[in-house]
Amino acid sequence: MWLDAYQTEGFHDEMFEASGTARPEARLLLETLASLEDGQLVRCQKVAERMLLQMGITFNVYGDSAGAEKIFPFDLVPRIVGAQEWAWIERGLKQRIHALNEFIDDIYHDQKILKDKVIPEDIIRSATFFRPQCHGIDPPRRVWCHITGTDLVRHGDGQVYVLEDNLRVPSGVSYVLENRDIMKRTFPQVFEGLDVRPVDVYPSRLLEMLESIAPETASGKPIVVLLTPGMYNSAYFEHSFLAQQMGIQLVEGRDLVVHDRMVWMRTTKGLRKVDVIYRRIDDDFMDPEAFRKDSMLGVPGLLEAYRAGNVALANAPGNGVADDKVVYSYVPEMIRYYEGEDAILPNVPTYLCWRDSDRQHVLANLDKLVVKSANEAGGYGMLVGPHSTAAQREDFAAKIEANPRNYIAQPTLALSRVPTLINGRLEGRHVDLRPYILYGQDIFVLPGGLTRVALRKGSLVVNSSQGGGSKDTWVLSARGGA
Amino acid sequence: MNSAYRPLLSRVADAVYWMARYIERAENVARFIGVNLHLQLDLPVAPAYQWRPLIDTSGDAKMFCERYGEPSLDHVIEFLTFDPANPNSICSCLRAARENARSVRETISSEMWEQVNSMYLQFQGQHEMPEPEWLPEFFRNIRLSCHMFQGITDTTMTHSEAWHFVRLGRKMERADKTSRILDVKYFMLLPAVTDVGTPYDDIHWSAVLKSVSGFEMYRKKYGRLRPRDIVQFLVMDDEFPRAIRYCVACADQSLHAITGTPLGSFHYRSEQLMGILRAELDFTSVDHVIRDGLHEYLDGLQLKLNGLGDSLSKDFFGWEPPAQAQIQAQGNL
Repeated sequence: MWLDAYQTEGFHDEMFEASGTARPEARLLLETLASLEDGQLVRCQKVAERMLLQMGITFNVYGDSAGAEKIFPFDLVPRIVGAQEWAWIERGLKQRIHALNEFIDDIYHDQKILKDKVIPEDIIRSATFFRPQCHGIDPPRRVWCHITGTDLVRHGDGQVYVLEDNLRVPSGVSYVLENRDIMKRTFPQVFEGLDVRPVDVYPSRLLEMLESIAPETASGKPIVVLLTPGMYNSAYFEHSFLAQQMGIQLVEGRDLVVHDRMVWMRTTKGLRKVDVIYRRIDDDFMDPEAFRKDSMLGVPGLLEAYRAGNVALANAPGNGVADDKVVYSYVPEMIRYYEGEDAILPNVPTYLCWRDSDRQHVLANLDKLVVKSANEAGGYGMLVGPHSTAAQREDFAAKIEANPRNYIAQPTLALSRVPTLINGRLEGRHVDLRPYILYGQDIFVLPGGLTRVALRKGSLVVNSSQGGGSKDTWVLSARGGA
Repeated sequence: MNSAYRPLLSRVADAVYWMARYIERAENVARFIGVNLHLQLDLPVAPAYQWRPLIDTSGDAKMFCERYGEPSLDHVIEFLTFDPANPNSICSCLRAARENARSVRETISSEMWEQVNSMYLQFQGQHEMPEPEWLPEFFRNIRLSCHMFQGITDTTMTHSEAWHFVRLGRKMERADKTSRILDVKYFMLLPAVTDVGTPYDDIHWSAVLKSVSGFEMYRKKYGRLRPRDIVQFLVMDDEFPRAIRYCVACADQSLHAITGTPLGSFHYRSEQLMGILRAELDFTSVDHVIRDGLHEYLDGLQLKLNGLGDSLSKDFFGWEPPAQAQIQAQGNL
């Protein structure tokens, strides 16, 4: 049998126990895979890739030649999460998002958590995405984190940790929906006998959430739009896909105009009022009057309209303060402070380089740790110690000494692996998991998520910009699964 | 206006209008080349004489001469089909149609997007000119793909405001192309008075009709090939889908469906210009047109169509150009 050659190589495998026997929740899937004839999986994989290209499910690669679009590589072997474990993850995410939301609201109002010295004030003042412009704003329902894409990883110890919160403008949910669709179309037999929880409720839940935060001034059915930087943005496919699935307008900055602190869109019949904006454009570019003056993508006056309560913005500007990786390290304290509970989902242990003792430790152990810049994403500004050269370590040591506030370090995690189709056979590749959480009237966690997989052998970097791909994520229901 | 009315963004109206125009343009170029490939088998004349009109019709003769010199079969096909520097080549049209479609994916149906995307990808996959024996099939496939796109558009997209902008674009482009094809061919054919009544004359005129898929329909209505009747058919017919009058009537209907102004009256400048053009086509006699000069008439018609296009843009599409560098700088996944 062609699966027999598969090796876990000492890593935590999402499908196999250390002994090599299948985990209960993966057993049925593995039986189906084993029963496939030689080459069938590869054929299905080719069909799936062709379909992605035809459907135009692509992302733009910056710095590549003009018009370069690539499909986000998709691996046909799904990642399975059992019902019990998912219930725990869901509880943990709800607790975490609730606490983070309380924190952001506090930071832009009374700053009790700073006054009580739970978090040093300097850290907040120096956070790149802290926006003094947002002070005193009361967003509808006091929700700041409407859409979150938390990154989770499982370490060699079997424990799931939160790696990043991604509160600002998280992307990738369209791949969750499209991966499931492609999976059903190309490989339907693997679903047989398994009770996989559906993900296609997401657009309806998202629209519901967006409508629920409409300002009271909205008359009748609120007008909701999705604001995109435009078709050259790397996530443009997702913007148009979500707008289409929700049946709302996809607008660019130039389609909107602010008059009398109200937002209007330019239509063939003149101006029409807008009530809720799901913005997929960073704070910096959103409004040249409030943030970056040179932004051509934003809408002048948008923040004022928002502050006046005439339009709702999701996500709320300013919530990136909690995306700072130094602030991240305080989330367990936030949960204790606002919720009076211990965090259900643990953080990855984090060394803060502005602390002298931590910095000494980091500098002495650069070859073992992962060093990250506090405010960069996408796998940029990062040193993976064990895979680094002496020159790279020297470079990072200098950066840390020059600006210790901006660097954190974490142990190099042995990310768990999932069997992945590589050159016609299955090999283990490292994965992470990004579930999506919506916060409006209540908090909803989509049962599923984006499993990103580092396709290069041994690589721990799962970002699409660095050779990552994705997998369908199956959350089993309590009825059918383990 | 009912309560379910969904406003249409000016930018989106502009994009669907141009998406439709570019698809129609690609189809016309493919059909015109296809007919000429067929025609060359019947004619004992120098290639330049035969391929020249294709370049003239496209309105890009100057650019062609600069890049290629004398028209030959290969050069003309290269220029009109694969040359990315020619903004009206099939390659450029499909690219532009797809870019426009991509910018409004949430407005058009998924089926429309998938059709325009696979047309584009298929064409991109064709790296060099097909072997001569495959050329007719190649151009036929482009034509069919364009027809399919139009069929998909009409059957999968709600016939609301955005669809009327699609139809408006398609009909405006079609009227323009029919007038150009007729103009160039008529100009080419008339000087050859010696040919009148010869088999070549018939071959040429039937090629004109085939260039707009009108040969069979003309035969049913008029029988013999006579220049006067052909002009009547291609310009003033009120039933043939590529006749200029028919196209303008459809465009007028769509324009009024968009604005809600009753037909026969106007509120926007575009409606006024369209109404005047439509009335002219309704009440002009073909004998007058031929007596006063068909070329002058068609020239005037093209100017009016261009003026109408400008006016549509002012009335409905007002927006500023995008800043691409910043859009690209804003990515995160």
